[in-house]
Amino acid sequence: MSGGLYTQLLDLACGAFLLAAVIVLWVRELTAIIRVFALQGIALAALAVLLGAHEHRWDLVGVGVGIGALRAGVLPYLLRRALATLTADRQRYGTAAAETRETQPLVNVAASLLTAALLTLLAYAVARPLTALDPTPATRALPVGLAVVLIGFFVLVTRRRAPAQVVGFLLLDNGITATALLATSGVPLIVELGVSFDVLLAVLVLQMLTTRMREAFGTTDIDDLRELHD
Amino acid sequence: MDPTASALLLTAPAAVPFLIAGAYAVPALRPRATAATHAPAQLAEPRRRVSAQGSVLVTEAPESALVPGPAPVPGPALVPEPAPVPEPATVPGPPPVPALATASEPATASEPATVPEPATVPEPGTAPERPGRGRGRGWDWTGLLSPAVILTCAGLLAKDVDDGGSRRAYSGLLRADALTVWMLLVVGAVALVACGSAPTYLSGERAAGRASERSVWRYHVLVQAFLAAMCLAVVTANLGVLWVAVEATTIVTAFLVGHRRTRTSVEAAWKYVVICSAGIALAFLGTVLIYYAARQAGISEAWALDWPTLAARAHRLDPAATRLGITLVVLGFGAKAGLVPLHAWLPDAHSEAPAPVSALMSGVLLSVAFAAILRYRVIADAALGAGFTRVLLAGIALLTLALAAALLLAQRDHKRMLAYSSMEHMSLIALATAIGSPLALSAALLHIAGHGLAKSVAFCASGRILQLTGTTRIGRVRGLIAKAPPLAGAFGLAALALMAFPPFSLFASELGIARAGFAAGRGLAWVTAAALLLVLVVFAALAVRVARMLLGTGTPVTESPSAVWPLMLGLAACAALGVSLGPLTDLLHTAAGTIGGH
Repeated sequence: MSGGLYTQLLDLACGAFLLAAVIVLWVRELTAIIRVFALQGIALAALAVLLGAHEHRWDLVGVGVGIGALRAGVLPYLLRRALATLTADRQRYGTAAAETRETQPLVNVAASLLTAALLTLLAYAVARPLTALDPTPATRALPVGLAVVLIGFFVLVTRRRAPAQVVGFLLLDNGITATALLATSGVPLIVELGVSFDVLLAVLVLQMLTTRMREAFGTTDIDDLRELHD
Repeated sequence: MDPTASALLLTAPAAVPFLIAGAYAVPALRPRATAATHAPAQLAEPRRRVSAQGSVLVTEAPESALVPGPAPVPGPALVPEPAPVPEPATVPGPPPVPALATASEPATASEPATVPEPATVPEPGTAPERPGRGRGRGWDWTGLLSPAVILTCAGLLAKDVDDGGSRRAYSGLLRADALTVWMLLVVGAVALVACGSAPTYLSGERAAGRASERSVWRYHVLVQAFLAAMCLAVVTANLGVLWVAVEATTIVTAFLVGHRRTRTSVEAAWKYVVICSAGIALAFLGTVLIYYAARQAGISEAWALDWPTLAARAHRLDPAATRLGITLVVLGFGAKAGLVPLHAWLPDAHSEAPAPVSALMSGVLLSVAFAAILRYRVIADAALGAGFTRVLLAGIALLTLALAAALLLAQRDHKRMLAYSSMEHMSLIALATAIGSPLALSAALLHIAGHGLAKSVAFCASGRILQLTGTTRIGRVRGLIAKAPPLAGAFGLAALALMAFPPFSLFASELGIARAGFAAGRGLAWVTAAALLLVLVVFAALAVRVARMLLGTGTPVTESPSAVWPLMLGLAACAALGVSLGPLTDLLHTAAGTIGGH
């Protein structure tokens, strides 16, 4: 692959990756958010495959395929299934829409998008010494990974539906994986496997807790979690 | 010693709890299977009686409809009624020793070869101390095998590492130095207290109808897996695997925190998983940045996450990347260690988890996470000079301490009180690490051990108090000394230890931290003075609350001696450490040396 094409494809994948994170801030419907998250997973997988093909490291291509299967296949499937069980119960009471929409995020859409822009700038500022250490096309895209980490954190803090918070956590995790790929072509395989496994389990745990939360509180609104405080 | 032996000693602390978890998890090995075929009628009968009395079985039906108020504990009376003790497993359970020996064999076969050697189980002299007096409850005592194995391995490893050496296995993936052995000893000792008091706690829960047989098995599986993850975090030399193991503890304990399915416990579990996972994700980002810096410094891919390699070549790491990475790592592992700013999960999770699990979480999970910070600090100090982590850790320590003191002053719940006291002690350890002199680091490690022992005793005792009185409110617990003298004694002594009274080891370590702080220059002396003032506030808050719980009048309740011996053992160990380190002196100083106290 020629250098120019590689750089362009890399930038395209990174752009799609960042754009997906921004769209998550924009969209209210949880099913749509999950679809966007799956697209981001595909962009992440493409990133890994590109890097692997460029460096002729076939294990990295394998990691990319694995990342694609997990982030664009398994995790969205789990989220969708959790959402389906939530809505199935709610349909009877006619409040299904309330459960699947992020009705009242703490920060409105316009302010969220503005914050995303600021966070991206912050990521570029923070990543400057990292890029200066070894300026290649991949490390120049490093701020994108950090920006998605920050946006993920923002989603986690400001969303009030439990499933939306899970998506925020997963955005955070996608951002970290992208940072690892862009900085060092991925961490060693054993760590990569352990991390993926942990993320999968964390999502399963959170999904189970979401169900229990709805059983106990009758809603998945985080604002209702206020039994424990000092 | 030959490599096979060191591989065995390094694998066993993580593998044995894992295998026991597997053995607990396989339904075919449970004695209940036979009980069900023999006596289904007897089994169904007591269950129905329990439900008829209004106590709610945990695994069925959400309790929110039944218990809407803030009182999550359905124990109505102040004195537990002795009548409804329906023991479902009426068939005499097999004595645990032979059962386990046969049990772990198929477990090894069915596990997909995470641990290749099945020969780790028969350690000499580590058989469970008691066969268990209750029928079928013998299996509760089997859990004691893991702490015994962990302590044995740590003891055997101690001989090789207390001159500053280290043992490696699996091409450096597992590694034991003095710090590893010290942490293994702490994990083993605290697990001994927690697993030793678990049978009493569990039979109390069974008697109150809050635990079905199934939830008890699940409890055992998760606790053993929790121990395995903590041991793996301690014995690995790979910083990536360390991260994976610490995150695994979050996942495993999430269900233990949320085991009751009430509103409060679901809320605690949700906060716990979200805050800890997000926090620890930051630590992973930090790990990635350190890895990047290491690769740029010319360290090969296989060794760029290896702690000894990184520590030896840290001066070649890029300072800017390392600074960013270390900040994230300290914040991330600090979340698991209960330090500001990601501490909010701690009081909720500690107050909702079953008492022995609270003991394990507070006693060792916090310090296992902090041990990771200790390891990273060595790298940071070599790359950036001591100033950076000193300011970072001292600031975090002081903020955490101030927060814990402020919230303790208004505390009305005795389990939350203990949780905030954990934050206080973790911040003292962080302060000692910030000081960083040999005396301070030795004191920090001693404090880890002393706090682990005292806090696990306090939590186990408070779980028992909760069962006896049915409340976690400090104001409603009165006259504990008159009601249950041994239990009250254990709780009171543990509280005294936590307030750092001599002869307990926390006195020695806090004195060491204060001396090191005042000797370390002007800035740190002021920080230490402020910290001591806050410790005084915590002291007063704890003293008033514990005195209120212990004193007063009450009717005596009979308490079996098996409930108290693990607590007394823990207190004795804590006091012994305070009087003299004995054979552990060299180990402690070498351990402080490995993390930078030269």
